[in-house]
Amino acid sequence: MTVDVEATNLIGAIVALDAQYPGFKERLLDENGDLRQFVNVYLNDEDVRLGSGLGARVGEKDEISIVPAVAGGR
Amino acid sequence: MPKLLGLRCRECGAEYELQATHVCEMCFGPLDAVYDTAAMKKIVSRQRIEQGPKSMWRYRDLLPVEDTVNVVTLGEGYTPLVKADRLGAELGLRNLYLKNDSMNPTNSFKDRVVSVAISWARAHGFETIACASTGNLANAVAAYAARAGLECFVFIPIDLEPAKVAAISVFDPNLVAVRGNYDDVNRLCSQLIESTPWAFCNINIRPFYAEGSKTLTFETAEQLGWKLPDEIIIPIASGCQFVRHRQAVRELMEYGLVRGDRVPSFTGAQALGCAPVYNAFHSDNPDRVLPVKPDTIAKSIAIGNPSDGVYVNRIARETGGVVEAVSEEEIVDAIRLLARTEGIFTETAGGVTIGVLAKLARAGRWKGEETVVAYVTGHGLKTADVLASANGHSSRRVEIEPTMKSFREKVSI
Repeated sequence: MTVDVEATNLIGAIVALDAQYPGFKERLLDENGDLRQFVNVYLNDEDVRLGSGLGARVGEKDEISIVPAVAGGR
Repeated sequence: MPKLLGLRCRECGAEYELQATHVCEMCFGPLDAVYDTAAMKKIVSRQRIEQGPKSMWRYRDLLPVEDTVNVVTLGEGYTPLVKADRLGAELGLRNLYLKNDSMNPTNSFKDRVVSVAISWARAHGFETIACASTGNLANAVAAYAARAGLECFVFIPIDLEPAKVAAISVFDPNLVAVRGNYDDVNRLCSQLIESTPWAFCNINIRPFYAEGSKTLTFETAEQLGWKLPDEIIIPIASGCQFVRHRQAVRELMEYGLVRGDRVPSFTGAQALGCAPVYNAFHSDNPDRVLPVKPDTIAKSIAIGNPSDGVYVNRIARETGGVVEAVSEEEIVDAIRLLARTEGIFTETAGGVTIGVLAKLARAGRWKGEETVVAYVTGHGLKTADVLASANGHSSRRVEIEPTMKSFREKVSI
């Protein structure tokens, strides 16, 4: 499912998402405000843990994907 | 009698009914199959197992498939456990064993998990089986889907080697070549489960799929005379397999199949070119596994973002094991070492396992009498190209004319 939010960085996008769907933020972030272990977040297909993390800047056309990390095998 | 009660989140303990789902809605943690252990304790016995088929289905009582289900099998499992005296002599180990899982129907350990996954999926009304893969998993899924007569969708990275594509294509699955790497393919499939009625072996039916791994350790214990080894060396990709082997030891003890309460040390093997679990194990915070971009010839275990990595580190620490990694050169050397000493040709992932075994042995990890088992999980013909590029010809090769004279001149006997 896809939703539109307005934000200038990734954490802002998550806060905006939480405003539409209360409780979402605490499922994505732990008590330290870090991404939970079993959540992968991609900014335009790039794993944000490989880039600038939750502080990454986002613009109007950017696409953020939130995908459960759990999968295995090759 | 139904032996599966449902699914439970490994992190927060939330419980779910039996269904094709793998992620906790509350915390995104992984879901595991929950069994009626009290009922199973009354049934499970060495005798029942020993009377079963000479395949991994002799452990059917311990797998997430009900008694009434007609399983999809090609005779997977019950692979040889060989005592490796010549390799052991090189490494100073007098009780070294190799579990040769390259002897499975499609030549890798994946046949175990896929046989369980497809049996479960067919019994629960799924008509299409799918997976994201670069080789071994796709091979197994395509073969078992053909065997079961189910539709099959296999998602592969577009640059997959022609030989691997051929080995998958022969089973006639729908082959979707994705412009991206394996992690991209896996992510696409994770998103696809929302909108397709398909059973993705390694994603939405993963709680059942993963259970098939346990049989490798069940067999090892049985083949050692219902004893557990002192240490097991296991290759790590997502870490899913490693976690199930720890669970298998728990079950062997719980159901009284093995005597004693000494848990083997669980040691993990990675390629340095894709070593996120190894990196975390040797860092200040082993509970934080940071993703990497894989760059290794051991492609069948090159997962840059391993979902079970944290559990691997916990299990290794708790059982006195370690996580070790080897270079590309050490991988190829280990493939040759295993072939030269034991007559077993393994793929690059097996080279990682044997490479780690050799590295630890040479560093003095063992005194010599310990029973050590290494899991050799795939056949060398799957990755034969790495030998050709590393060294085109054997150093013991000579070319001669078809004459006795030429033979005498060129060949020393």
